[in-house]
Amino acid sequence: MSNLLDVKNLTLDLPLSAGVLHAVRGISFSAKRGETLCIVGESGCGKSLTSLAIMNLLPKITERKADHMIFEGQELQGLSENQMSDIRGNKMGMIFQEPMTSLNPAYTVGDQLMEMLLRHRKVSRNEAKERAIYLLEKVGITAAASRLGQYPHQLSGGLRQRVMIAMTLMCDPALIIADEPTTALDVTIQAQILLLLAELQREFNVGVILITHDLGIVARVADRVAVMYAGEFVEEGTADEIFNNPTHPYTQGLLDCIPIPGKTKRGEHLGAIPGIVPSLIGDIQGCSFRDRCPYASSACGEHGIELSSVKEGGDDAAGTHLYRCVLSAAECAENLKTMGAA
Amino acid sequence: MTQPPVLEARDIFQTFMISAGFFKGKRPLHAVNGISLKVERGEVLGLVGESGCGKSTLAKILLGLMHPTRGDVLVDGEPIAGFDRLKIAKLIQPIFQDPYSSLNPRQTVGSIITLPLKVQNDPNPETWTKRVEEIMDLVGLPKRVFNNYPNQMSGGQRQRVAIARALVNRPELVICDEPTSALDVSVQSQILNLLTDLRKELGLTYIVISHNLAVVEHIATRVAVMYLGRLVEVADTDNLFADRQHPYSQALLDSVLTPDPSLGVPDSHLGAVFPNPVDPPSGCTFHPRCAQVMDQCSKIAPTPMNTTTGHVECHLYDHVEKAAS
Repeated sequence: MSNLLDVKNLTLDLPLSAGVLHAVRGISFSAKRGETLCIVGESGCGKSLTSLAIMNLLPKITERKADHMIFEGQELQGLSENQMSDIRGNKMGMIFQEPMTSLNPAYTVGDQLMEMLLRHRKVSRNEAKERAIYLLEKVGITAAASRLGQYPHQLSGGLRQRVMIAMTLMCDPALIIADEPTTALDVTIQAQILLLLAELQREFNVGVILITHDLGIVARVADRVAVMYAGEFVEEGTADEIFNNPTHPYTQGLLDCIPIPGKTKRGEHLGAIPGIVPSLIGDIQGCSFRDRCPYASSACGEHGIELSSVKEGGDDAAGTHLYRCVLSAAECAENLKTMGAA
Repeated sequence: MTQPPVLEARDIFQTFMISAGFFKGKRPLHAVNGISLKVERGEVLGLVGESGCGKSTLAKILLGLMHPTRGDVLVDGEPIAGFDRLKIAKLIQPIFQDPYSSLNPRQTVGSIITLPLKVQNDPNPETWTKRVEEIMDLVGLPKRVFNNYPNQMSGGQRQRVAIARALVNRPELVICDEPTSALDVSVQSQILNLLTDLRKELGLTYIVISHNLAVVEHIATRVAVMYLGRLVEVADTDNLFADRQHPYSQALLDSVLTPDPSLGVPDSHLGAVFPNPVDPPSGCTFHPRCAQVMDQCSKIAPTPMNTTTGHVECHLYDHVEKAAS
């Protein structure tokens, strides 16, 4: 199956008064129909900028460079704002974190839903209304017809996020980019929204790029996972590979940080990653994680480290599980064992 | 004589009058609807529930920042209604969710942490700097940040400042309202480790309010599950996680997403949205969302039943009580 979106070597630079901030440093990824790609990382790692870069919604000063960014066979770089807004909301939908700030408080839910279709398709208002009601029902909103006349402030957080999802589905998109779609919601509602997204993804066969900091969500919904740190992917693989065989010290550290009922002992120390994320202003040499890494050596600072396959000798033909570290995969696996024992 | 609990809430009610619309007058909203609870010395009580269930209102009442409509809060057996602000603040301190808004941006770290000593008219001003440095050391803040402003620090460091400020007067009880939800995963674990260490070192008692059950399971010794102003289940953490009684506790626990790729997204079966607290459902307020709803649930409100380590409010356990009596 061909890729829906194929991004190669994406770089985002922000020229600031203090110097150039290298927010995203050469990442490549692809999305397929019916598949969920999760980009996971902590705040400031560049994951949100990545999503904005695909939609071309970046802050004005950002310099975007890439070898290619191909969406459904079309190169996205160099498209005019008009051409881009024909794609946005039409072939590509986006769900943001805070549904209250992404819905317009001055228009009714119905107006905002119908606007999507009226902007992109030649349909009558009645047809648009029918589709809006159909989709509101699809996302589990009861009394959908009566909701059309309501304003966003009359809805709860969970309902608003459902409206946002319905809105992205209005034009039958091929790709949905969801940036922390459940972070502002309660745990119970979070589970419902994720379940809904998964069902709709299967039904409408859309590709999903989900951006989150929550490893619990990633494990449950991802087909493929990219772990992002300081503007780079430090590890990539299937959900199975990332969670059952984490290889990069950062991935291992992150997984060791989260309390898991039944596994971590109460009152005992959780793993911790000391230090903070490095500044991305100016030239960055070597591994960006080395200041926080328990296994750092002088080799880490010498030169850039390429992504390499976890399985040695290249018998991982598909090259699905990649990591970026000077240590061999076997050494990393050994580190993981001692970490578990400690 | 046994020691009285550090904190006791006796049958607390808090009712707000909410405008029902133009010309429609006001309607009561029962944010806290009859809550009794005891927190023993050295305990960590986790308080969980969805947004809008009244947990933050309860926290404000326990902190003495709000007077309940009815009921008493007792600290060491004495009602705090008779205390002045200073005395309450010396005994109970809060740590808030967002270290970006809970610290004064115009004050240095040193003066933020010194302020509680100043406010309490601490009799030995010459020791203040030393004590602030001690507490900074204890929470893992380097001395060099003493003259820094909050905006020069990371989220984790700011939360450490907030913790230092709460502890500088050595309170008996610390109420942590979502202490780690604004923080990154790796920083969250640092703060949880710190809270655990401080509890052992200073013999603190915590109430930890959180919607993250994994965090609560890790840090709390007892858990109270709150729904629409009531505590529907209270139990020791081990009991709750091994053998939850209330269907709502079940649904909450089902919604916890552990990082296990072999499992899918759980279906909590909660279906309907959180009810409007101004117009709560009849009988058991949870019945419209309950997977095990029975006839009587919509008619009669359940009463608390004692369990081995706490209580549960659910008609499912009516027969147990009858059999026992």
